[in-house]
Amino acid sequence: MEILFAVLIAALTAAGIYLCCLRQVFPVVLGLSLLSYATNLFLFVAGRLTVGAPPVWAEGVTRFADPLPQALVLTAIVIAFGMTALLVVLAIRARFESGVERSDVPAVTDRVEVER
Amino acid sequence: MNAHLPILPVLIPVLSAAVMVALSRQDLVLARVLSFIAAAAQLVVALLLFAATGEGEILVYRLGDWPAPYGIALVADRLSAAMVLLTAILGAVLLLHAVCAWDRRGRHFHPLFQFQLMGIYGAFLTGDFFNLFVFFEVMLIASYGLMVHGGGAARLTNALQYMVVNLIASSLFLFAVALIYNAAGTLNFADLAQRVPTIPSSDRGILMAGGTLLCVVFLLKAAVVPLQFWLPGAYGHAPGVAAALFALLSKVGAYALLRFALVGLGWSSLAALEPLAWLTLLAGALGVLAAPSLGVLAGFASISSIGVLFVGLAGADAARLGAGLYYLVHSTLAGAALFVLADLVRSVRREEGDALVGGREFSGRALLGGLFFLVAIVTVGLPPLSGFVGKLAVLRNIPVTVIEGAASWVFVLMASFLLLLGLSRAGSRVFWKTQKDGGQASHGPAAGGVAALALLLAGTLVWALVAGPALAYFTQAAQALLEPGAYVQAVMGAGVYR
Repeated sequence: MEILFAVLIAALTAAGIYLCCLRQVFPVVLGLSLLSYATNLFLFVAGRLTVGAPPVWAEGVTRFADPLPQALVLTAIVIAFGMTALLVVLAIRARFESGVERSDVPAVTDRVEVER
Repeated sequence: MNAHLPILPVLIPVLSAAVMVALSRQDLVLARVLSFIAAAAQLVVALLLFAATGEGEILVYRLGDWPAPYGIALVADRLSAAMVLLTAILGAVLLLHAVCAWDRRGRHFHPLFQFQLMGIYGAFLTGDFFNLFVFFEVMLIASYGLMVHGGGAARLTNALQYMVVNLIASSLFLFAVALIYNAAGTLNFADLAQRVPTIPSSDRGILMAGGTLLCVVFLLKAAVVPLQFWLPGAYGHAPGVAAALFALLSKVGAYALLRFALVGLGWSSLAALEPLAWLTLLAGALGVLAAPSLGVLAGFASISSIGVLFVGLAGADAARLGAGLYYLVHSTLAGAALFVLADLVRSVRREEGDALVGGREFSGRALLGGLFFLVAIVTVGLPPLSGFVGKLAVLRNIPVTVIEGAASWVFVLMASFLLLLGLSRAGSRVFWKTQKDGGQASHGPAAGGVAALALLLAGTLVWALVAGPALAYFTQAAQALLEPGAYVQAVMGAGVYR
């Protein structure tokens, strides 16, 4: 179980980081989504992996799953979802206003853009 | 009244933003009135909070009255109350500039502005680091909205990069939260402070990995070298009023770092960051020399002032840390003033904008030139304004007899000299190299922007005049960070700890 989770999180993180390094916007969006899946899984196991245990403490129960990371994951999922939607909208607007789909920008010292 | 005081700075902006979205979607005048009412209410609450914590009291607000490690707690002590007051003042002053120049150029400016303030207040007041994450995200979502306000290709592509960088940082934040929770079993700063000494050595590695990762995230928000690359492009192209408010965002990173590392992890100091502070100083100052426009120059100048800030914060004694915190307030006011000034220049020079090139005569040149002179004095840190007092206070507490101390002196003074060169060059190009014939047909700078700039400059003057009491106040606040016993006691309460 631990090995499975570790491999899964590692694979998602590696793919996410690779995609974030690309110069087009769409792969970066995908990469950030994969990274957020990896963080969600990682948060999920932060309370240690337990299988078949009740989620809260009750009389006579000695082995239970930590409910707090599950609450954290819910919050993190909502935030990542909202952020991804916003990022896609921003990427589309940037694509149409600048005419190119790139995630990198020219160096600030290169040229002057008059922005009002 | 006092019992509910710590939640009000978060509640007022979120409620007023909701009312604005519901009532004033089309009605800009109503939105402005509501915005000013909200700003006034925040000022009053911030002053009350400041007064209530002035003697070193620590107000703890338990949401739903759940005891501390289980429930969510907001904590107001001297330092967070002072930061809240700074935010309220800056927000109110910048509104003057916003209503004259910015809120017409896109929709929902005022609700976004209030959400931005809410995120900043929340980050200053929260007592646990998962809510710190949530308030950071609120702050960032609002900042993305404000950053693209008005549109434009360069602004959008820079905002996109800013957003990607911050989303990666948010992922790191969550990884760090998971690691720390795994090792310590708590998310509360005070609870963490109690548990760190009892964590078994087998889990210490996980705690250190999580703690270091979280520090990296805060250093990125604070724009410390080598994580400063995103700032000049993003802030330099953002709407002036947003960039001026963002001068505070990097300070939120520095504040969170202090709170987390000194109180939560119980580190004795941030001395390891001193070399990074030197490099930050140098990178900012060299950037000022190379900047092609006033907006980008303001971005590099704020990086340089982050360097001075961290030279102060790297101290292990309360006096040096307190001087760093005094400089933090100055640096926020000065950074905001420079961004507002760049925005005003952009608005009156129709062709060249804020580019550092000579051009045709423009109206309001003498006024803006005079204001630029004062802003430059504040930014470089020449007497008599607060930049000089802040740098002097930081340097006075650094011993020149040890090698690190001497290096700090050299870097601070060298960076100040480079800033002086860069700002002189910028000022003479923009305000002196004008052709006399054929002035640009433009109106002068907007009254609200000039008023906001004058208020910010007056703020730095006042800040220099009250330097004695202010330094004493922040030295006490720093003492509370270095010896967090009272903080832990107040949050955890007697006998609550398992």
